[in-house]
Amino acid sequence: MTNGKEIKFSDDSLALVQRMMKRYPEGKQKSALIPVLHIAQAEFDGWLSGPVMEYVASVLNILPVEVFETASFYSMFNLKPVGKCVIEVCRTSSCWLVGAEDVISHLEKKLNIKVGQTTSDGMFTLKSVECLGSCGTAPMMQVGADYYENLTLDKVDTLVEKFRSEGKRKSYTDKAEPRKL
Amino acid sequence: MGKKLLLKNDHISGIQSYEVYRQNGGYASVEKALKTMTPEAVVEEVKKSGLRGRGGAGFPCGMKWSFLAKPEGVARYLVCNADESEPGTFKDRYLMERIPHLLIEGMITASYALGCSNSYIYIRGEYFYVSRILENAIAEAYANGWLGKNIQGTNYSLDLHVQVGAGAYICGEETALLESLEGKRGNPRIKPPFPAIAGLYGCPTVVNNVETIAAVVPIVNEGGDEYAKIGIGKSTGTKLISASGHINKPGVYEIEMGLPVEEFIYSEEYCGGIKGGRKLKAVVAGGSSVPILPANLILKTAAGEPRLMSYESLADGGFATGTMLGSGGFIVMDESTSIVKNLWNFSRFYHHESCGQCSPCREGTGWMEKVLHKILDGHGTIEDIDLLWDIQSKIEGKTICPLGDAAAWPVASAIRHFRSEFEEYVKQPKSIQDVKHYYRLQEAKF
Ligand SMILES: Cc1cc2nc3c(=O)[nH]c(=O)nc-3n(C[C@H](O)[C@H](O)[C@H](O)COP(=O)(O)O)c2cc1C
Ligand code: FES
Repeated sequence: MTNGKEIKFSDDSLALVQRMMKRYPEGKQKSALIPVLHIAQAEFDGWLSGPVMEYVASVLNILPVEVFETASFYSMFNLKPVGKCVIEVCRTSSCWLVGAEDVISHLEKKLNIKVGQTTSDGMFTLKSVECLGSCGTAPMMQVGADYYENLTLDKVDTLVEKFRSEGKRKSYTDKAEPRKL
Repeated sequence: MGKKLLLKNDHISGIQSYEVYRQNGGYASVEKALKTMTPEAVVEEVKKSGLRGRGGAGFPCGMKWSFLAKPEGVARYLVCNADESEPGTFKDRYLMERIPHLLIEGMITASYALGCSNSYIYIRGEYFYVSRILENAIAEAYANGWLGKNIQGTNYSLDLHVQVGAGAYICGEETALLESLEGKRGNPRIKPPFPAIAGLYGCPTVVNNVETIAAVVPIVNEGGDEYAKIGIGKSTGTKLISASGHINKPGVYEIEMGLPVEEFIYSEEYCGGIKGGRKLKAVVAGGSSVPILPANLILKTAAGEPRLMSYESLADGGFATGTMLGSGGFIVMDESTSIVKNLWNFSRFYHHESCGQCSPCREGTGWMEKVLHKILDGHGTIEDIDLLWDIQSKIEGKTICPLGDAAAWPVASAIRHFRSEFEEYVKQPKSIQDVKHYYRLQEAKF
């Protein structure tokens, strides 16, 4: 149970998961594990609890420990509760060269939390992550499906206010905002 | 202006869509291959082209394809490596986001050449929105008869799937990628057996980078010989370079191999010079893993020849005075950059990303990060610089996969070329306050 809800995929998600499992040869349905964990994380409050992982194991017909083994390896899977908006700021060299540290400390001050923490209202979690492949438009951060590039502190402020007023949970699996190319 | 093969149409509005892509000559390579060539003939063209893998190692693509085992009745797989997580590299995202059909077209033509009936594009999880763009393009390709059963009325059938990862640099290493695609942790496999013999699900498999697969399209269209005329020596064709750091015009540039590095950095057509008119200090030319070079050695080889953007010229002088083209992640640093601090940033990255299987890498990357932090924090000694050198030398070549080498080379090259800067930190400890702040950023895993 998370938040009192029964742990069960919505009909749409379950149909998607079943389609996914067909992408692989007979008996290799474990291949769907990572994509399915993304769906689970989005559907069950942004993190993978023990019961959620057990549920995923039952859907894919594998052992719960296999799910945990995989989930605990990858940085995008949260094994603890997180805020509705997980702000992930890139901290690697190209971003660092042009001000990633300033963005991170600005966010720490603005949200009044440290990297790795969640605001008391449960709205924001701040993370610093490794290179997201956006080094030419640095500094940058990711929130849910969206990349926010060429950041300035003003831009960060505007974005945080926007997220706050929307109050929505952001997931990697969301439809991304349209991008100017 | 240099010749463009991959990005020649990227400015056309709507090129993301099937219709516009097709109107501009899209899917011609599939038509040509499936209707007029045998799979072996396609492999032959790729061999003639001299195309080398664009993922970092530069292994000849045609040769890799010809190693693929073909036991009777066993499935073969083509897996596209769209993990793109080498710091400083963002060309694959650029290509997939802007011209998704070019990758799909390349995948179909390459799958035909290799005799695959199921192929996968493994894309890093952070690129979720790009995976959607690819899925869209794939749906359009199915709808127009380029995927599925009996493609364009021929006997050839192919299904193509996109698989997302979930954040792990190591999954760019091809055997870790295959593990991840099988739903497991991204622990690299011991080689041999190579994927060409036992890859995905134990079947013969080719793993190729996005850009490598995309290059198959112009090679089949224009012929391997034509492709080989572009570039210089054994560095044939064009290369996508991801340029970042202290330059006026960061971005992705398609260059003809052989372009002088100096022109790439300073000409308006490419990086447009160093930001704020400052002086160039150093360049990491091929993604974070390759040796860093100081300005004099990146612009000219030790012999005084102009350094060129090619596999051979960048490697000229070996690791003593040269570097590698790698993935083409070109990170430029101006005179204000602290090489030691940047190195610490890289070392933290490798420590964070080590999969933990091999002790030299798991422990050594952490030690290097700690020693560098100690030096930056003003508590270093001269012996610490030697210790760093010692640690890196004991990681290189002693691990299952090359992540260990990738972690060692930046350390070795920074000490080799910038030792005096390390000594300065040790002799006149400038306590760098914000490093303390930054060090903390290695938050616990969620
Ligand atoms: C630690 C590590 C990370 C790698 N990351 C990538 C990557 O993100 N993308 C990529 O194409 N190749 C990457 N490679 C290289 C792959 O192992 C493999 O050589 C490549 O995908 C082969 O494709 P190519 O021959 O077309 O270059 C990486 C290698 C190592 C050791
Ligand atoms: S270094 Fe930040 S996106 Fe690459």
